[in-house]
Amino acid sequence: MLAFIARRLVQSVIVMLVVAFIAFLVFRYVGDPLAALLSQDAKQADYDAARERLGLDQPFYVQFYYFVINALQGQFGISYRLQQPVSQLILERLPATIELAFASATIALVFGVLLGIYTALRPRAFSTGVIMTGSLVGVSLPTFLIGIGLIYVFAVELKWLPSFGRGEVVQIGWWRTGLLTQSGLRSLVLPAITLSLFQLTLIMRLVRAEMLEVLRTDYIRFARARGLSQRAINFGHALRNTMVPVITITGLQLGSVIAFAIITETVFQWPGVGSLFVNSVAAVDVPVMAAYLVFVALVFVVINLIVDILYFIVDPRLRDGARTGK
Amino acid sequence: MTDLPHSPEQPVVAVETSRWKTFLKSDIVWSYRHSPVTIVASIVALLLILMAVFAPLLAPYNPFNPATLNLMDGFTPPNSSSFSGKYFALGTDSQGRDMLSTIMYGSRVSLFVGFMATLFAMVMGVGLGLVSGYVGGVVDAIIMRVADVQLSFPAILIALLIFGVARGIIPPNQQEGAAVWVLIVAIGLANWAQFARTVRGATMVERQKDYVSAARLLGVNPIIILLRHVLPNVLGPVLVIGTISLALAIIEEATLSYLGVGVPPTQPSLGTLIRIGQQFMFSGEWWIILFPAITLILLALSVNLLGDWLRDALNPKLR
Amino acid sequence: MTEPVLSIKDLVVEFPFRDDVFRAVNGVSFDIMPGEVVGVVGESGAGKSMTGSAVIGLIERPGHIAGGEIRLKGERIDNLPEEAKAKLRGKRIGMVFQDPLTSLNPLYTVGEQLVETIRTHLPLNEAQARQKAIDLLTEAGIPKAAERIDSYPHQFSGGMRQRVVIALAIAAEPELIIADEPTSALDVSVQAQIIKVLKKLCSSHGAAVMLITHDMGVIAQTADRMVVMHHGKVVETGTVGDIIRRPREAYTIKLIQSIPTILRQEHAATPAEAANDDGAYVQVKNLVRDFEIGKGSFTKLLPGKTEIFRAVNDVSFSISKGETFGLVGESGSGKSTCAKMIVGLLRPTSGQIIVDGHDIWAGGKGHQERRKRVQMIFQDPYASLNPRWRVADIIAEPMRTLGIARNRSEVDDRVAELLRRVRLDPSVMRKFPHEFSGGQRQRIAIARALSSQPEFIVCDEPTSALDVSVQAQVLDLMSELQSEFGLTYLLISHNLAVVRQMSNAVGVLHNGVLVEKGPTDAIFDNPQADYTRMLLDAVPDISKVA
Repeated sequence: MLAFIARRLVQSVIVMLVVAFIAFLVFRYVGDPLAALLSQDAKQADYDAARERLGLDQPFYVQFYYFVINALQGQFGISYRLQQPVSQLILERLPATIELAFASATIALVFGVLLGIYTALRPRAFSTGVIMTGSLVGVSLPTFLIGIGLIYVFAVELKWLPSFGRGEVVQIGWWRTGLLTQSGLRSLVLPAITLSLFQLTLIMRLVRAEMLEVLRTDYIRFARARGLSQRAINFGHALRNTMVPVITITGLQLGSVIAFAIITETVFQWPGVGSLFVNSVAAVDVPVMAAYLVFVALVFVVINLIVDILYFIVDPRLRDGARTGK
Repeated sequence: MTDLPHSPEQPVVAVETSRWKTFLKSDIVWSYRHSPVTIVASIVALLLILMAVFAPLLAPYNPFNPATLNLMDGFTPPNSSSFSGKYFALGTDSQGRDMLSTIMYGSRVSLFVGFMATLFAMVMGVGLGLVSGYVGGVVDAIIMRVADVQLSFPAILIALLIFGVARGIIPPNQQEGAAVWVLIVAIGLANWAQFARTVRGATMVERQKDYVSAARLLGVNPIIILLRHVLPNVLGPVLVIGTISLALAIIEEATLSYLGVGVPPTQPSLGTLIRIGQQFMFSGEWWIILFPAITLILLALSVNLLGDWLRDALNPKLR
Repeated sequence: MTEPVLSIKDLVVEFPFRDDVFRAVNGVSFDIMPGEVVGVVGESGAGKSMTGSAVIGLIERPGHIAGGEIRLKGERIDNLPEEAKAKLRGKRIGMVFQDPLTSLNPLYTVGEQLVETIRTHLPLNEAQARQKAIDLLTEAGIPKAAERIDSYPHQFSGGMRQRVVIALAIAAEPELIIADEPTSALDVSVQAQIIKVLKKLCSSHGAAVMLITHDMGVIAQTADRMVVMHHGKVVETGTVGDIIRRPREAYTIKLIQSIPTILRQEHAATPAEAANDDGAYVQVKNLVRDFEIGKGSFTKLLPGKTEIFRAVNDVSFSISKGETFGLVGESGSGKSTCAKMIVGLLRPTSGQIIVDGHDIWAGGKGHQERRKRVQMIFQDPYASLNPRWRVADIIAEPMRTLGIARNRSEVDDRVAELLRRVRLDPSVMRKFPHEFSGGQRQRIAIARALSSQPEFIVCDEPTSALDVSVQAQVLDLMSELQSEFGLTYLLISHNLAVVRQMSNAVGVLHNGVLVEKGPTDAIFDNPQADYTRMLLDAVPDISKVA
């Protein structure tokens, strides 16, 4: 078990280094870092001085080394656009994104798994047809359109819920939460639903497909031939076997909620990391782009690690493989 | 065995099983005929595609010719009289452009980007997938690790990044002209991994099969084996992913344009139109956003339905 | 007169298929008496498995029972509602499936699955059920059952898993066990043990057995009576001895005739003279093949020790021109690895393969010589023909690649001739492989092998995917072509009877080592190695009918 986690950790570090390298390339070679820092009428001497001060005259690998060291300390330089430290910008907006992602991941997971099981167990029911068609519509609807539609119905027409922003927030340490005020919670509803819908349909279709696959296997046929009750077969055997592959993909899907938040945050003017990123891309604010890339990669790597460990706990074949060192 | 007798008195009757007849009898055609949803979806998709392709011929106005625009026609609701007396079936936007024509031209941009990006992703993904699956070993490990990492990031994020990088590299005065191509490459690069993974899997299955061994032991060139033997047998899943990818690419293009990082406003795609229309949603000019949105949904949904049907039709055990 | 345990009368199972209806079982009737073992035998598509599924009520949609009746101890069960049918399963009718590797849920321990089954049917508490599970496993021949009960299925071998499956089927003391090809996925040596366990457990628990199989040998050694099925109908019913020795119906007579046996037969190939190794046409010398195991492609890049598995260990034999050498072995014996090295698909770790004086692994010239002289016939006729190519292109590929014939009409003529040689109509060359049956496909594969005008053909299990009657035809064709063209064969098979019938000389491969080789009669009638003797003892054969 420990060896397995250690190996995964090493792989994660490699992935992070590769991503850091890409971020570094973006950071270093896209646009001119000096042009953004110095005024328009700076002289050649100013450039040279700045270049030396920032270490841009150093060899490539030295620069990368310092980039990694700085990144480990959370230093990604100064935003060209906002003239503030990137780490501070991201940290300020992080709570908003995490609360949104968490809320929508919960919605997606609970409803996705439930609907997936339901539709797999009743493949010929009329309700299944409706849900499946609905899910296809859900996949075909761009997230931003769902958001706009929800705003139109619930904010513009019905005026039940706010159409943008986070509402009132409460400061707890450095964390600014919207979960403790009524207006904050009300503001969360529409963006969370918007963000969850796409993941929900994906998780539901995945659970359904895997479960149908499992229900066709020999061991389920054999379980029926052994006379087990339908309930025991569906929920004892089929569901557990379905969960093995579902855990992996679902984990990754949940990770992508953070990144998908880009769109939702833009639609709802949600003050999170995603909208910061979109604005940075539009303005070619390279340090923020690089930092965001590293941040998202970190989220994925952590989720991946958790998924691997879960997988390990669920599947005895893996556990055994690791024990014998295979 | 060295001298096979030539036998002219025994003519070989070529009972050609016509590909067309075989096709008409195939499961695919059968399942198409028995799926009304698919028939409707294919008709809708076809109509939208034709409308986009022939937009210059079909559109009632050229919305990008400033000479024909009349600002006073702005905000004409659908099917009502305009200031200048012209008829606008779907109304006009803030600058007096005909919504119907704008949508037709907009679908053109959306479909062009969607098709080209999917083609790009397909060529790249199928190529790398074939090599990865056939060669195996380190090459396979590297390609697949890259694909894994990329697949775990949402395509939209990757496309945004590539787009941002391209913005930084391409000189500002060329950005507008290059925008569509940057978009195609960005979306294409974001979607290749799905093709590569599927083709790799299928290739690994096929290469184990004995017909490949039979060719290998004759010393047939590996590239020929890949192209003539393996490729035709992995095209089924490629077609399915290609269709679903097209829908995805159209959505991704719309999303990027909606986020304001896609095509320039001079060539608005459906996403750009929705972005513009959103400003007027609160003030009651609903048609400026509604019609482009409906077109986008119909396009994505019909293509997705086709892809979904294709997957089931090519994979009979799921039925 | 006792009442039969199972009585099937005029059973019809239909599958609606598009606009058509397919009758998988068409008016089948037979009885099974208490404690009796009845074999249901037939070739693929005979409807034998479907009959079993109908009895236990597990026909997959959209198939359904369309007529007739099934009675269990006189009580009609085919028209029961689903819940009532479910109550019969496991409790009164048990079932054993073909593939033990997929019959058990991989995520639960063997004990959990047994206890679950026992407690579903019997009023026992957890501890009692567990004790019963251990008893059952012990009875099924699992050593140290008390310790192994908490293991997961993947920790058991295939044979052991099938014992677990049998224990599960018998757990609730059912009156009838349906065993659907219970040994077909297993090796010969394991097969014999599993049959013994099945018979022992069923007789000690008083269960009747419906044994569904395509293998007449298994029936001959196991069953009391048998039911011969063909195209959804019962052709003949009778005691096993009667049917095998005195079949009455034309179909049964033909079927029995086409089953090869390990006894010497008149039309079998003449045994080889003591072969002179140095002058032989094909010489395999000290062949070795190692595989690295347990490393992914990335970790392979890292230094460190690799575990090596020797799949083929110092194998030597030779074949005279125009003769057939049979290479026999169970799965994992290394026989297919040998075949791959001999045809040039896999590089040997060491050793030499010499065909007609050329070392086929010695550089470019060796390869060129090999491609001209050596060809292969594969096991699975469904995978050995590219489904997207027309028959003409499939057969022409070797001649085109090797430059034997270039222009279109010449190629077409040769393809037509080859098709005639394998007894197919030349007009089929415009068709695609999916339009042919398994046996026809294997003929096409043979035509392709002949297309490069080889002298030596490696046949890797050429008939094991085929039904017996088709097998007989393909083997006949191979013999005829051998004498017509003076071909030399290396016949690789797990089927001892086929090897006996076809080969002049035989080698027995076990765990990568050639334990014995010699003229066919000598090996079969007077085996020297323990392994060979065990194999010949274990093999089910119709000559062993009680």
